Amino acid sequence: MPNMNPKKNEMPTQAPEVRAHNFSEVALGYEESVAVDEANRCLNCKTMPCVGGCPVNIHIPEFIAKIREMDFEGAYKVITQTSSLPAVCGRVCPQETQCESKCVRGIKGESVGIGRLERFIADYHNAFCTEAPVAPAPNGHKVAVIGSGPSGLTCAGDLAKKGYKVTVFEALHLAGGVLVYGIPEFRLPKSIVQKEVDTLKALGVEIMTNVVIGKTLTVDELFEMGYEAVFIGSGAGLPNFMNIPGESLKGVYSANEFLTRSNLMKAYKDDPDTPIMKGGKVAVVGGGNVAMDAARTALRLGAEKVYIVYRRSIEELPARKEEVEHAMEEGIEFRLLTNPTEILGYHNDADPRDPKNGSVTGIRCIKMELGEPDQKGRRRPVPIEGSEFDIDLDVVIMAIGTSPNPLLKNTTEGLDVNSHGGIIVNEDGLTSRVAVYAGGDAVTGAATVISAMGAGKVAAKAIDEYISAK
Amino acid sequence: MYKILKKKSLNPTVTMMEIEAPLVAKKAKAGQFIILRVDEEGERIPLTIAGTDNATGGVKIIFQIVGATTEKLNHKAEGEYIQDFVGPLGMPTHIAGLKKVCVIGGGVGCAIALPVAEALHAQGTEVTSVIGFRNKDLLILEDEFKACSDKLIVMTDDGSYARHGNVTVPLKEMLDAGEQFDMIITIGPLIMMKFVTLTAKPYGVPVTVSMNPIMIDGTGMCGGCRLTLNQDGKRVTKFACVDGPDFNGYEVDFDEAMSRGRTYFEFERKVHEKVCNLYKGV
Repeated sequence: MPNMNPKKNEMPTQAPEVRAHNFSEVALGYEESVAVDEANRCLNCKTMPCVGGCPVNIHIPEFIAKIREMDFEGAYKVITQTSSLPAVCGRVCPQETQCESKCVRGIKGESVGIGRLERFIADYHNAFCTEAPVAPAPNGHKVAVIGSGPSGLTCAGDLAKKGYKVTVFEALHLAGGVLVYGIPEFRLPKSIVQKEVDTLKALGVEIMTNVVIGKTLTVDELFEMGYEAVFIGSGAGLPNFMNIPGESLKGVYSANEFLTRSNLMKAYKDDPDTPIMKGGKVAVVGGGNVAMDAARTALRLGAEKVYIVYRRSIEELPARKEEVEHAMEEGIEFRLLTNPTEILGYHNDADPRDPKNGSVTGIRCIKMELGEPDQKGRRRPVPIEGSEFDIDLDVVIMAIGTSPNPLLKNTTEGLDVNSHGGIIVNEDGLTSRVAVYAGGDAVTGAATVISAMGAGKVAAKAIDEYISAK
Repeated sequence: MYKILKKKSLNPTVTMMEIEAPLVAKKAKAGQFIILRVDEEGERIPLTIAGTDNATGGVKIIFQIVGATTEKLNHKAEGEYIQDFVGPLGMPTHIAGLKKVCVIGGGVGCAIALPVAEALHAQGTEVTSVIGFRNKDLLILEDEFKACSDKLIVMTDDGSYARHGNVTVPLKEMLDAGEQFDMIITIGPLIMMKFVTLTAKPYGVPVTVSMNPIMIDGTGMCGGCRLTLNQDGKRVTKFACVDGPDFNGYEVDFDEAMSRGRTYFEFERKVHEKVCNLYKGV
């Protein structure tokens, strides 16, 4: 008999007042017995609606059935047939809008905790499996992957499993892309990313850091070097700003910069080489996952007060529900239906050498109300005239999205991009150039880890078909 | 890891190193930069490329010991390795078609001005170089500039060597005397580049300046290196790592760039002090 409890088993977490002061992981993961209990909530639907909600089509009921049988390694094998990064996805996927949104149990209660079960299985495997992955027999073909974020790692993993010799070129000094520079330790420990990268290396994938394709080497040179296909997963580009006065004051960061300083450059440590502004009052402008990550990072760095400033209402917040809830529990104040109009700074006209000159002192905001729906159906926020007010601040973090990096477009002849600068691809991930494929944020603009993985997967399949048919 | 092929002290505070990075050496053009990390916990710092040697695969960097990272770098010996070295980043200096150019370098900025002067000289441009230093002890690269300049003027702020005064003095004299430059290319402290631009303005000579703001990734991701240009009455945000590092001097908001450059002044001072004490064995 299935477990008919309408509620999911709760995810154990660090208490909010504790975790607000450390960078350890917030969610602690299911115990074995809890995982089996949760697995028993799955009705094993014949139609498997959840699988259709997963961008990489994990055979969800099948892996959950293995958990019920307590065959946890078996469950891991089912997941890794289609997903390269289960420990990552179990943590950062927006399950509530994907697999879990299709779950039949969600109609009269809460859906099965698919993401939590995926994480349990991946962690179980990482903790107990001593079997090293075996590199398959080489098939003699070489593929280059640009970028070691979720799309690149997925594409590389899928091709390596088929015997391709894959080289991943990474611009930064560390592999992982947004998983290491963007997503904070408390949501995705770096050791987990490292483990996934090591698994790929064991499969024969070579990772070359400190190589910027478009600068150090070009796409055309990769073909000259004998690579038969290229996958571009170069990720998000330059951060957007609001173009309001004061955005160049000292203390204004893009979320990319703030998170990169803390995550990749380890500025959160006690005695770092890379500086970051810690403490004081902080506002993060934006409502996505990146905004939540930046706000919660600022809090952990010792901010006395952290605000999220978002121009729409709570219903429209694009962040994962769990992240919003966690942020609220931790004491982050949400100033919704609020939009900045100017960042205010300190200027001592009497003393131009005053070191505080040019530093942030606050933000001027205007209250908003929701008007008519826009093309996407989201109600457009409209300013309420005369409702301006100021918030005292020391740091402002802009988390309002990114624009694609023009580097590859500018250095790769015949690579077409759309009006936003995103690389144009067909349904197989093929670009306007023969044998050049692309996926992830470089194509879509800022999106999710799992959609980037899905794109990497689609491209890997297409690359395999292309090279096999040559 | 990247090997230090050569190391040479140019003056008490400025060091030249050649780092083995053949892929970078093959691609680098005058005006581009690299980013390096000295060790596993180190910060990423940008340094403009001062030359390359394709025979050895070496990329030359010249740096002033101003903070913790450059202090640590300077403590590395020839034959030792640094953790990371990536490039060439940024856009090369636009020099094609220029007939007569005045290259103005200040302090350690001369290290970056030199490859530009050399590239101009190699393509047959008439090069007038003006290089300025605080004093005689800080003078670098005089012979190298002599070799690639049709005319070289050396200035010291205190008059301890060559001409007394700053670089804008001879520039103004030349412009007053009717010298017709297609372009002034200036590389050095922000305050110097600001005043070179102001000096040239009444004469309508185009000025290219090389910006060196705070940077992290250097590939167009973090946005830390942003600066503001005044273009046709509008304030436009640009990123030095991908749009620069060269910009039209008349458009750059130097005062803002100077303010942003001092963001971590206190932090940098403390970390530098700590590293120095470490080497002193305190």
